Amino acid sequence: MNFAATLRIALNALRVNKMRSALTMLGIIIGVAAVIVMIGVGNGAQGRVEDQIRSLGSNIIMVFSASSTYTGARSGAGSLFTLSEEDAYAVAKELPDDIQAAAPVLRGSGQVVAGNANWSTTFYGITSDYLVAREWVIAEGRSFDQADINGATKVAIIGQSVATSLFGDTSAIDQVIRIRKVPLTVIGVLERKGQSMSGQDQDDLVLMPISTARKRVLGATVAAKSRSVGSITVKVRDGANMKEAEQKMRDLLRQRHRLQQGQDDDFNVRNLSEILQAQEASSKVLAMLLAAVASVSLLVGGIGIMNIMLVSVTERTREIGLRMAVGARAKDILTQFLVEAITLSLLGGAIGITLGIGASQLIGHLAEWRVDLSISAIVLAAGFAGAVGVFFGYYPARKASRLLPIEALRYE
Amino acid sequence: MTDALIRTVALTKEYRMGDNVVAALQGVSVTIAAGEFVAVMGPSGSGKSTFMNLLGCLDHPSGGEYWLGGQEVSKLSGDELAGVRNRRIGFVFQHFNLLPRTSALDNVALPLLYGGTATGERHVKARRRLEQVGLGSRLDHHPAQLSGGQQQRVAIARALVNDPALVLADEPTGALDSHTSVEIMALLQALNREGITIVLVTHEHDIAEFASRIISFRDGLVIEDKPNTARNAAAQLSQTGSAKEAA
Repeated sequence: MNFAATLRIALNALRVNKMRSALTMLGIIIGVAAVIVMIGVGNGAQGRVEDQIRSLGSNIIMVFSASSTYTGARSGAGSLFTLSEEDAYAVAKELPDDIQAAAPVLRGSGQVVAGNANWSTTFYGITSDYLVAREWVIAEGRSFDQADINGATKVAIIGQSVATSLFGDTSAIDQVIRIRKVPLTVIGVLERKGQSMSGQDQDDLVLMPISTARKRVLGATVAAKSRSVGSITVKVRDGANMKEAEQKMRDLLRQRHRLQQGQDDDFNVRNLSEILQAQEASSKVLAMLLAAVASVSLLVGGIGIMNIMLVSVTERTREIGLRMAVGARAKDILTQFLVEAITLSLLGGAIGITLGIGASQLIGHLAEWRVDLSISAIVLAAGFAGAVGVFFGYYPARKASRLLPIEALRYE
Repeated sequence: MTDALIRTVALTKEYRMGDNVVAALQGVSVTIAAGEFVAVMGPSGSGKSTFMNLLGCLDHPSGGEYWLGGQEVSKLSGDELAGVRNRRIGFVFQHFNLLPRTSALDNVALPLLYGGTATGERHVKARRRLEQVGLGSRLDHHPAQLSGGQQQRVAIARALVNDPALVLADEPTGALDSHTSVEIMALLQALNREGITIVLVTHEHDIAEFASRIISFRDGLVIEDKPNTARNAAAQLSQTGSAKEAA
């Protein structure tokens, strides 16, 4: 007997027992839908964490000017300016394979005034590479161009918090703000980034060309002399090894600063990735946990199929006997029941996938959770459903095929 | 005896019931020629059902030989027996054994499905057999929509669909009223006249009367094997039945 005929027999057997087939499938439907929703929710949570990490810069290395002890009193990192703008440019230029961008940063804080409003904030003297490194996006207006950097133009880009505090709902573009009495024209507003993971407002800042900060705003302070900077923000290229890039950069800076072997670094290197990796790992655990819970429901669905198939074999003993009497071989009976079980689980799987996708979207919509549906989760669920059919269908099918025709026919 | 359809030689069957071994058949040697209509009779426990199961290749004998159409089937494997049942034997059961919620046409076509016949041919053959048993207008009816007699006719059509050499009827009228029983027996007689060998198991004498030869069993042995002389009367009865059916 060919497979098409077996398939026909099995489908017919399912069709004539619609109610039972539907109830059997229910377990698999729920199981598969649960797997898809759970994996979707888990992936969504993980994706959100990953996005957060990216916005903070998981591949960002910060190099601070030394916190050094040779002035006696220890001051914070970046207070003694051992790094220079040239260090930043050299890092970018000499390590192009590992480093995507290296931006010198001069940092200061002060009162920003616009009209009769004022706001205390932090300002950064940067180059346009800084925005590249941090993956910050200008929501309105424009970024700094090379003329701004070279010419110490009196322009600024401000964060959303600053914009709201100073200008309310009106546009900040082309407005003038004053920092330490220096008037700066707002040329851009950054996109909102929200709080950082440590609770810091990432939108509370003012950016200006590094030359502007050095020559006009910071004025007579230590930063004004030479080309020294407080820190360098470095973005490692996607795919490059973080640790390796860090080591190469460290070597380059030591060489540039003419440090002897055994001498301490006159700078500090830090990156955010460690904390963030821990967070990512925990969200991965969450996703796996959800998938595990969902798998249990799929397993229960599978046991449901086995249950019903066993009942079905007992209930249909005489039918099996008849089929054997009219010429079905043990193999035909085995195949029939196996195909029935697999059909139930695959059909259930298909309905479950549809339901799961729908439910995921509904959950995403109602709970405003991020739900990432992945093809792999769907394929996994479908494959698992088929496997459940084979695994839990085999025992009842074998039981059916091992019946003796004469006993099956006489079964009451 | 080269034209014998069925030949058993000292056929035995033993069942193990716990520690006891029950001998259901104790050496049965019977020869049935093609075209015979044989009734197997006997009280319950006489071994007639066991004999029937062995003839139907539903069970393996414990000893002896069973030749069906020149082939020794007592030595065949389970799957080979399934093939023999499919191609050479048609079964009619007391309780019809039709698939529920399945049309008469599909029920009749079932053996063809296992025989590997193509779909179109299956339906043509099944339809022809249903027409032969007088149910040409009920092809799409499910068993539950048919009377007992009609269900048994469907079962007979199913037994015939693969053009078997032998039809085995196990108490075919056991679940039917006497009037319908006569109709079914008339149908079997009509089929026999067309050349189909029929072996009928029954414990009712008036049903056995329709056969042309009666073999009686007791305690696992054949105690009587004789031609049925009273058959003419039965044939007449069947003709009235056929006439009624035709009307």
